[in-house]
Amino acid sequence: MKRSLFWNVMFYIFVAFVVLESVFPFYYAIITSLKTGSQIFYITYLPVIPTSQAEFAHLFDNYYAVLFSGNGTFLRNIWNSIWVSTWTVAVALFLGTTAAYALARVRFAGRKLLLMTILAVSMFPQVAVLAGLFETVQSLGIYNTDWSLIFSYTIFTLPFTVWILTTFMRELPVELEEAAIVDGATPWQIISRVFLPLMWPALVTTGLLAFIAAWNEYLYALTFTASSNENRTVPVGIALLSGNSDHEIPWGPIMAASVIVTVPLIMLVLIFQRKIIAGLTAGSVKG
Amino acid sequence: MANISIKNVKKSFGAVDVIKGVDLEIKQGEFMVFVGPSGCGKSTMLRLVAGLEDITSGTISFDGKVVNALSPSNRGIAMVFQSYALYPHMTVYDNMAFGLKLAKNAPDDIKTRVMKAADMLQITPYLQRLPKQLSGGQRQRVAIGRAIVRDPKVFLFDEPLSNLDAALRVATRLEIAKLHHSMGKTTMVYVTHDQVEAMTLADRICVLKDGIIEQVGTPLELYEKPKNLFVAGFIGSPKMNFLNSKFAEPYKATTIGVRSEHMEFVDKGGWAGKVIHAEKMGSDTYSFVDVGTEEPIIIREIGTSRHDVDAKVNIAPMKDTVHRFGADGISI
Amino acid sequence: MDNSTTLPQLAVETPSKNELFETRRRSAWIFLSPMIVTLLVVAAFPLARSIWFSFSDASLLHFKEAGFNGIKNYYFHKTIKMDSGAILDKTGGVLVDADWWNAVWNTFRFGAVSVALETILGMAVALMLNATFKGRGFVRAAILIPWAIPTVVSAKMWGWMLNDQLGIFNDILLKMHIISEKIAWTADASYSMFAIVMVDTWKTMPFMALLILAGLQQIPSDVYEAAEVDGIHPLKVFWKITLPLVRPALMVAVIFRMLDALRIFDLVYILTPNSSQTKTMAVISRENMFDNDKLGYGSAESTVLFLILLITVIVYMRFAKVNLEGGAQ
Repeated sequence: MKRSLFWNVMFYIFVAFVVLESVFPFYYAIITSLKTGSQIFYITYLPVIPTSQAEFAHLFDNYYAVLFSGNGTFLRNIWNSIWVSTWTVAVALFLGTTAAYALARVRFAGRKLLLMTILAVSMFPQVAVLAGLFETVQSLGIYNTDWSLIFSYTIFTLPFTVWILTTFMRELPVELEEAAIVDGATPWQIISRVFLPLMWPALVTTGLLAFIAAWNEYLYALTFTASSNENRTVPVGIALLSGNSDHEIPWGPIMAASVIVTVPLIMLVLIFQRKIIAGLTAGSVKG
Repeated sequence: MANISIKNVKKSFGAVDVIKGVDLEIKQGEFMVFVGPSGCGKSTMLRLVAGLEDITSGTISFDGKVVNALSPSNRGIAMVFQSYALYPHMTVYDNMAFGLKLAKNAPDDIKTRVMKAADMLQITPYLQRLPKQLSGGQRQRVAIGRAIVRDPKVFLFDEPLSNLDAALRVATRLEIAKLHHSMGKTTMVYVTHDQVEAMTLADRICVLKDGIIEQVGTPLELYEKPKNLFVAGFIGSPKMNFLNSKFAEPYKATTIGVRSEHMEFVDKGGWAGKVIHAEKMGSDTYSFVDVGTEEPIIIREIGTSRHDVDAKVNIAPMKDTVHRFGADGISI
Repeated sequence: MDNSTTLPQLAVETPSKNELFETRRRSAWIFLSPMIVTLLVVAAFPLARSIWFSFSDASLLHFKEAGFNGIKNYYFHKTIKMDSGAILDKTGGVLVDADWWNAVWNTFRFGAVSVALETILGMAVALMLNATFKGRGFVRAAILIPWAIPTVVSAKMWGWMLNDQLGIFNDILLKMHIISEKIAWTADASYSMFAIVMVDTWKTMPFMALLILAGLQQIPSDVYEAAEVDGIHPLKVFWKITLPLVRPALMVAVIFRMLDALRIFDLVYILTPNSSQTKTMAVISRENMFDNDKLGYGSAESTVLFLILLITVIVYMRFAKVNLEGGAQ
């Protein structure tokens, strides 16, 4: 498309603006996290370059504070989040793959209805099941443990996992499955030995999306873990970071915590961006 | 090594009747080709024999035993698919061994059988390669090899040459013919829309149209004695010339048909017309002569033709080569 | 030997069904049952229980002893006779609760504005990404960053930027003379909703942009080439060609966003806690359930939220004629 000079310039200004507004808050969080002591009180747009040995030594003060003070609670939070998110992904993928095969490849009565119902579940407001889940979690005795979260997260990971995997499985060639049938493969053998090896891109995508969703989750993490910080996951941990006094909000450590938690996520998303975008748009645009 | 008995088989997909009542006996060791235009049901027929589709009514039996209820792997069949359907993530060896591994055969037995089939098809050098590293022709041979390894009673081919280019098609056709000779006892059922493939490979051809059999016979039988207009027009390339009304009346038929290789130029008599087009193949010339019918008559000559375009000519069918058809399209 | 096709009245045996299909159907249900059971236990049953709680007087500590309350949580009307002989009319329940309706109003206000903004801006960004230019991959990666950041972290990051004393946002605006004094974006009632909308738009616009972009990429380029040959003005191309063709993807993206907006919790709870200007239905529901120890009442609120969502979906589906299996009419 040919553009005049004026519109070209406007276009690139727009591009620059979009990039800037996307990246700036995170950038600002980083430079804030590197400030110590009274530096916080000065607003700067660029990072404060340490000018002395002493200043350099204090550069990562906020990070030390967040990670190593207070009994390493934050580290514990990170570990909890990793544990919960990983298990959530495992459960979602296992249940999702087998269900996706049935939904994508086998003709049976009620299939369409089932797909619609699963989609409907993903539209539940999380708070609408909160009371009921709370009761269930208590009666199962998993309140205030990681399992309460792994258990309840399936309510939102399963629907989109099944949906995405079903879409991908539908794309696999029919003749491939028929060749396996002629070779005498049972449905489980077809899934495990023929389809799964071919589906690993979809599995990576879905796993990533599920991991991010679980990692991000706040409402259930807040409600199903008690007030002791030990069992909390990262989102709740960050939200509750408090300073020494009631009125002193420790912005420095909070920003440091934010950066710690966000950098791995951003790296994951950037590395797998094609897959993630494919997963997000599958099913919404597919005919 | 089985004969196949198809008795009054019907197949419907919902409200659509695809196979409308087919009866056929396929002899053991025979190479039977199902041929017909798109939508005639030939692929469906093959899939019914394979067990990949459910039979709506009627029975299919192997060696007298009804196999309707059996799944493909329990029927003792093997199938070569149009798109080869090789497992992309497995080596050629594993592709061929897959079925046997699932059946829990001993590794030594598997190895013997795979090596034997690979040797037969000359794909031994490729055993450790992945399908994507092979050419189309090589992949097709692997697909055939995978089927051979199963030591099937019935060998099924679903348009295996459609995805190959013209030259490869001829070469692979030869391979399949050789295969049939070397595996004399295995019944083979082959589906194609290409009547040349049918004529060159088949022991017998079954011509299908709209879900029913139009005619079954050896290639020569279909060529020399087509039972109706459809078969007459379908077999033989170029298509048989058909003439109606004033041309057919002298022969006491509604329609007559003459193949282009049975037409000749005569000095007088016959049908008068003008050459409107000529296809010069080098080995033969096909001249298109307009004698007043809807479509020009095609006449074949060996080598180059004496008659140029726009020449006024007389053409006539050779002795005893005219096929006569009644008003219902059936041959008289 | 020749076989004709139609043999008269041969005994047609009733054929038995191919075992292949039976095996597959059976396997399908075996594969599906773990997922179905899980969804029943995790979603269907808790939803039913929550709805049940809404008809009870359950409280956090004593929910095992909850008693049936009828529809009192939703609406009640009683007359109280005072000792003095005066008669008091008392009505209550979610359906007449001013705080609740305020929350509903907040939620819809937020939803309408943010979805509209995210769609329009998302469309603009999608159109930009659809064009080929140097650095396109980099831009696409850049816009993923807001989406990748956990909501809680976004809330904290923006909370810091919107801080009235130390926030950079105020600083920029002051320097550009757009405002004359510092504004407490998250605390001040007149600005808190603005803050919420801004942060949510920042975070979600990439998602909309990507969905719309996927829809745009499905439009074959020869449509645009034909338009260019015909010399049609770009704006008209957008309205008459691009928009109708991207409409299916757009409609799906909008409904997903709308539903997310209606159930929003995290951002509001963390960025503007305890603000009546931004309290959404989800926030107030949980507040009643857990902070105020009125589990039954809170459940009534969450149930009404659920119904509102349900109705919204149904209305939307009919109105927008969206076929979720793919494509639109």
